[in-house]
Amino acid sequence: MRLVDYWEFSVPVFKRHIPRTLLLTLAIAIGVCSVILLTSLGEGARRFIEQEFSSLGADLLIILPGKKETQGGAPPIYGTTTRDLTLEDVQAIEHISTIDKIAPIIAGTALITFQNRSREVITMGSTPAIFPIRDLTLGEGRALPENSSTQHVPVIVLGSKIKKELFGNQSAVGEWVRAGDYRFRVIGVLEERGESLGLDLRDMAIIPVRSAEMLFNSPALFRVIIQLSQSNSEAYTEQRIRKIIAERHEGKDDISFVSQDSILSAFNSIMLTVTAVVGAIAAISLVVAGVLIMNVTYISVAQRRHEIGLLKALGATGLQVKRIFIGEALLLTTAGSVIGMLLAFSGIEFVRWYWPDFPIAATWWAVISAIVTAFIMGALFSWLPAAKASKLDPILAMRGFS
Amino acid sequence: MILLKDVCKTYELGETPLKALDHVNLSINPGDYLSVMGPSGSGKSTLLNMIGLLDRPDSGELYINDIATHSLIEEERAKLRQNNIGFIFQSFHLIPRLTALENVEVPLMLSKTPKHERREQSMKILEQLGISSRADHLPKQLSGGQLQRVAIARALLMKPSILLADEPTGNLDSRSGSEVIELLEKFNQEGITLMMVTHDVQLGSRAPRKLQIIDGKLSEVEKHHAFS
Repeated sequence: MRLVDYWEFSVPVFKRHIPRTLLLTLAIAIGVCSVILLTSLGEGARRFIEQEFSSLGADLLIILPGKKETQGGAPPIYGTTTRDLTLEDVQAIEHISTIDKIAPIIAGTALITFQNRSREVITMGSTPAIFPIRDLTLGEGRALPENSSTQHVPVIVLGSKIKKELFGNQSAVGEWVRAGDYRFRVIGVLEERGESLGLDLRDMAIIPVRSAEMLFNSPALFRVIIQLSQSNSEAYTEQRIRKIIAERHEGKDDISFVSQDSILSAFNSIMLTVTAVVGAIAAISLVVAGVLIMNVTYISVAQRRHEIGLLKALGATGLQVKRIFIGEALLLTTAGSVIGMLLAFSGIEFVRWYWPDFPIAATWWAVISAIVTAFIMGALFSWLPAAKASKLDPILAMRGFS
Repeated sequence: MILLKDVCKTYELGETPLKALDHVNLSINPGDYLSVMGPSGSGKSTLLNMIGLLDRPDSGELYINDIATHSLIEEERAKLRQNNIGFIFQSFHLIPRLTALENVEVPLMLSKTPKHERREQSMKILEQLGISSRADHLPKQLSGGQLQRVAIARALLMKPSILLADEPTGNLDSRSGSEVIELLEKFNQEGITLMMVTHDVQLGSRAPRKLQIIDGKLSEVEKHHAFS
């Protein structure tokens, strides 16, 4: 039989069993669609993170206290710090020519109280440089004063959510709040904004770094964020900083660096893995579709025993009979894949329209693997029933016996 | 030329094995007209299937045009069946979703003949059988006699050397039955070997060579007499 003959021989079969054909096509379409759609969401998330990073602007370098071999993974959870990184260390390095801005950070949680309302809040001690570096904008009021790194100034900038929870709709700027044992005057409120790098900035408070030293009763810096004045100067800057810090820490090289690039590539590889895993999970629906194909092919073989016996009596080989049934399964797989792709791409267009900020995108490898998987399932699961058909005894089959 | 030597076939049905063919020896010359009669379950159909290469003997030899079919693989047997053997069944066995013409075409489709060529050949044979006006009808729109003519057209399409008919009139009224038989006999006179299984004595006696099977044992009822 030639290819066009298989087509003409099988299409009337589908026309005779329209509900069955449609349901099977739908099952395959859903499988293909879910693989493409879910991996596209994963890819979108990856691009979203990439965008977030690049929106931070210039090259960032982060210094963490403690020595840790790192390729840009998460910062150390428990301290291996031999010696604290302090504000004095930061002052010693801030004159390096390649450093544009430098923001030391001390972080902790503090109970912030206004009148009878209080909230446990992540409080970050820093300098005014943190605002441009983390791309923070003020909804009202002003940022931290310039002398944040030299002296305790009792001022605080609140995240928008905290402000709302403590003050409601009333104006916060100029009011005094209590944080731990100290009183701070609210000088600014951050602009309403989504999450940034997994940190909900609406739920934070920022105070001068010296004040944080007092509040948390420790000079140890959580980290130092540096914005470089020119790109590709990371290695040079890192080397200079290591040298200066080592001199100040009795010769010990006890700090670690994380660059924006290394974080980005770490996120990238994590997201790719997540996307692939999500795709693989979605591919389970293709296996389910495959089982359906097997079931329907078995039914078809049983219903067409006469026909199979006849074809063999007319000189069809077992191979030809097998090809007819596998071919029918693959035809349905093709239809299902095309419909699934159309569904997936319209789904992607819908997400684009509904959520324009999210850079959802279909990846070619996901589309190809979805379709290849569908075809493997189609061939694999129709194989058994087709082989059964090819082995039917023509005489018994024509008489309707098994 | 078809030659069976000591062909045996036993079916395991339940506890007692059923001897469908018991050391059958038979030689069929080109152009012969044979009828095979016998009670049901005696092995008539088994003999037909054996010669039609749909079944394999347990022991013995079967030659078709000097080809030792018992030593062929399945694919080769299918090929031989396609080119040399035409089947006609009691219940016609047309594919319900295909038109009369498409049903006739199936053997040519299996042998990869291009479409326009198969259309042409199939139409020609339908014309020959006087049912070309029904070419585009589905089987359910045809009468029994017409269905059997379509089946005969399909069997003759590949110009087989032997036509095997299993109760070809079993599902037909007497008038269309005799029409079908006359048609088959006409093709036999044109040189095709015709072998017909039937339990209808009147029908069986029309054949110059009458075979009888009882419990798997084949015997010739009469010596063939001159065919005039």
